[in-house]
Amino acid sequence: MAVAVMPEESNAPRTPESGSKPPRVEALAQASHLKRLEAESIHILREVAAEFANPVMLYSVGKDSSVLLHLMQKAFYPAPPPIPLLHVDTTWKFREMIAFRDRRAKETGCRLLVHINQEGVAQGVGPFTHGATVHTDIMKTQALKQALNQHKFDAAIGGARRDEEKSRAKERVFSFRNAQQRWDPKNQRPELWNLYNARIHKGESVRVFPLSNWTELDIWLYIYREKIEVPSLYLAKERPVVEREGQLIMVDDERMPLEPGEVPQMRKVRFRTLGCYPLTAAIESEADTLPKVIQEMLVARTSERQGRIIDHDTSASMEKKKQEGYF
Amino acid sequence: MDMEAMDQGTAGAVTAIDDYLQRHESKSLLRFITCGSVDDGKSTLLGRLLYDTKLLFDDQLAALEGESLRHGTQNGELDFALLVDGLSAEREQGITIDVAYRFFSTDRRKFIVADCPGHEQYTRNMATGASTADLAVVLVDARKGLLTQTRRHTYICSLLGIRHVLLAVNKMDLVGYAQSTFKRIESDYRLVAAQMGIEQVTAIPLSALRGENVSSRSQAMGWYGGPSLLEHLETVQVERATSKLGFRMPVQWVCRPNQNFRGYAGQVVAGSIAPGDEVVALPSGVRSRVARIVTADGDLPRASAGDAVAIQLEDERDISRGDVLAATASPPQVADQFAAHVLWMDQAALLPGRPYWMKIGARLVTAQVTEIKHRVDVNTQEKRPAKRLELNEVGYCNLGLDHAIAFESYEDCRELGGFILIDRQTNATVAAGTLAFALRRADNIHWQHTDVDRAARARIKGQAPACLWFTGLSGSGKSTIANAVERRLHAMGYHTYMLDGDNVRHGLNRDLGFTEEDRVENIRRVAEVARLMVDAGLIVLVSFISPFRSERNMARTLFGEGEFREVFVDTPLEVCAQRDPKGLYAKARAGQIKNFTGIDSPYERPERPELHLQTQGVSVDELAQRVIDTLLAN
Ligand SMILES: Nc1nc2c(ncn2[C@@H]2O[C@H](COP(=O)(O)OP(=O)(O)O)[C@@H](O)[C@H]2O)c(=O)[nH]1
Repeated sequence: MAVAVMPEESNAPRTPESGSKPPRVEALAQASHLKRLEAESIHILREVAAEFANPVMLYSVGKDSSVLLHLMQKAFYPAPPPIPLLHVDTTWKFREMIAFRDRRAKETGCRLLVHINQEGVAQGVGPFTHGATVHTDIMKTQALKQALNQHKFDAAIGGARRDEEKSRAKERVFSFRNAQQRWDPKNQRPELWNLYNARIHKGESVRVFPLSNWTELDIWLYIYREKIEVPSLYLAKERPVVEREGQLIMVDDERMPLEPGEVPQMRKVRFRTLGCYPLTAAIESEADTLPKVIQEMLVARTSERQGRIIDHDTSASMEKKKQEGYF
Repeated sequence: MDMEAMDQGTAGAVTAIDDYLQRHESKSLLRFITCGSVDDGKSTLLGRLLYDTKLLFDDQLAALEGESLRHGTQNGELDFALLVDGLSAEREQGITIDVAYRFFSTDRRKFIVADCPGHEQYTRNMATGASTADLAVVLVDARKGLLTQTRRHTYICSLLGIRHVLLAVNKMDLVGYAQSTFKRIESDYRLVAAQMGIEQVTAIPLSALRGENVSSRSQAMGWYGGPSLLEHLETVQVERATSKLGFRMPVQWVCRPNQNFRGYAGQVVAGSIAPGDEVVALPSGVRSRVARIVTADGDLPRASAGDAVAIQLEDERDISRGDVLAATASPPQVADQFAAHVLWMDQAALLPGRPYWMKIGARLVTAQVTEIKHRVDVNTQEKRPAKRLELNEVGYCNLGLDHAIAFESYEDCRELGGFILIDRQTNATVAAGTLAFALRRADNIHWQHTDVDRAARARIKGQAPACLWFTGLSGSGKSTIANAVERRLHAMGYHTYMLDGDNVRHGLNRDLGFTEEDRVENIRRVAEVARLMVDAGLIVLVSFISPFRSERNMARTLFGEGEFREVFVDTPLEVCAQRDPKGLYAKARAGQIKNFTGIDSPYERPERPELHLQTQGVSVDELAQRVIDTLLAN
């Protein structure tokens, strides 16, 4: 189940019949920082719509995607977003993510494309049988390339931010990919002011990152301010987990193999990032409402990528993956 | 939900978050760049800033400890430089290739730092970082004083309009924290900055490695009474004097969800606007009034610089992407020729006369550099004459555009005065430029309208006009084939004309030589002449080596759909050199002729010619017939 992340008892009810306290957020109407970020992202999204023939937004169901979707609605208002959503489904996502995805697409009127690497499915590729690296490569990176090739998208919008990780910090807003969809970090196009070069040859494409200048905290505060819905997996709740190499992994379905004698325990946990459930570590937390999550974040001492098991291989791993086409 | 049961924790959190949000929102943002030469300690300084402002998470610190042991230069102690050198190629070589963006904030301010590479070969990446910055931290190694790079970086900053510099004199620990050393470097630098028009310089002595004067005042440098680096960054006022310009908004996207709504979406770049205000769309000059300012959060009573909105006008007007909406009372100028500074960022040199795409605001036009007034040496700022601009060179140029645009000088408005040039073949971003002023206003040039048009002229000749463009090496057989084609066409009753490279060089183009620049101009003139002749209804045969793809493509763009046929006369170089009908290859090989195509000047093969003639083993008659077949096929 998904929840409206604004708890009803807070200042800004989502449903008309609940709560009646005057929204304190009004005082923030002049809000400058988030508004500046919002305007910059809207500018970028409009450039994409205006300059590319066949753009797509990579929708990963997480908080950054939720913010992107919200910005898309704003950028093209009152028209519906002219850019379809693409979800690369590894078949190992949290079940809640899939339900949430389908519902949000319907509510926003966006066209939703779902791509699954069927060859990978046929070969039975999964994180438990093939390991995190192989699984991610085949079901995510390769799958994404398949989808982009198949639909011949010339621009793919993603929710990556520069504050996430070191190699991301160097990426352009319009990040050029050659016909093999590779990123050449040593030879990026210069990118001055907000003048984005959208010109490409057939077969080449551009990855676009409208949230480049947002930080994780900005994302959460914006979700809070704008009352954007995100999956309830971000909020703490009793969930069945097992502990593997110091990481808490949620048992989301029966495909999770348990060690002899291993019994899932109910612990109050939440997720800082959402991906394949066996590869996304939970953190123990009492934050069961959005404000509490934000509050926990303000005192957080670990960065959000730590929950992504995939990065732990080597510190240059993200850069390598990106060169190969990982988003 | 039952209010009694309301979770106290949440209520507390809500208040705390609302307060936090408010503080977060009211903080100002400072975007700055850091630049310095390799090993001046830029990475160390930035890493130190992140560390001191407690922005490192535990896992990042742990990773840093691990990497310090593996790659570090500090004998296993924390090597802050590793925090910020993001790409593995950079870590291996210990240098910074591309600009990296970092985020941090203090109680007073938010910061986005663009960490820029220092090497001259990465100047374009530095320009990328500088283009969005309000302030530059220029690092100098106290032992070395000002270097060539210091001047270059400062010049690039001034070119991109940065008015504030923080001169960080680093590694003071290695000069015994000597005040005299600092003072000397400071006064040297002030001189340099003044020459380049940078008004605000603050100099701070520091040791990035030891954290002296980085986020707190130094114990070791009691003689220094100024702020620490961080204190200065937190308090310096960089706001531009509020723009004196009226309302301006480039139209990014036309929003047409249905028959009843047409909105012009864009971001306001100057001034402000309210419903009822009169606006003019430029360059067309159509006027209307603002009916509504539409956003997803409701209509706005007023929109000002920075706001992303959709503007609905009172009348249906033909306005499209790239037009500029402006206040009628004080509209921007419209022009198609400019003086501008251009920073060249591509391996292949800028050649005057070659057409490039120019993106300015939301507008894409074709632009040529018509003249390079002078080149500015980025290291010494000396002005030098130049015929071309090489990678990382800056030129002061005249620009000619194929369309008039609304603009402001870069000094008055970055959004309407900054532009990039894009190569039409490779699509690479090859230059960044800033408009200085218009050379000629476009208001009073009009196309002469003629009653007898090209269709009428063609009709009376009973033919479809066309341009057959023969390209190939000297001696490949262009003229021979073109000649045969023209003879036959003439016999068939077609009206033709032949433009031959050698002949034209005796007349129209006799002032041109064989440098790359002159070749570009040579082709431009011939293409224009051919276009006039096609306009007159003729079938024009152009037989020119025309070695560069971009010029042939430029020629192509002058003609209508299907009028231009590129004929690639493909004969191997050895064969041409053997034939050598005019004895030119022999001379070129002996070094008597310079810039000879195929010998010491390149020939770029056509990628998709309408006709590709491989001449070897085929008779001239047969080749000519193939050309005629293609011409008359459609
Ligand atoms: N003694 C001393 N060494 C420094 C200082 N700042 C940087 N260094 C050293 O200078 C070298 C180059 O520093 P780095 O930050 O990598 O320079 P960058 O190339 O400008 O990023 C490293 O060995 C640093 O430890 C300083 O203030 N004092």
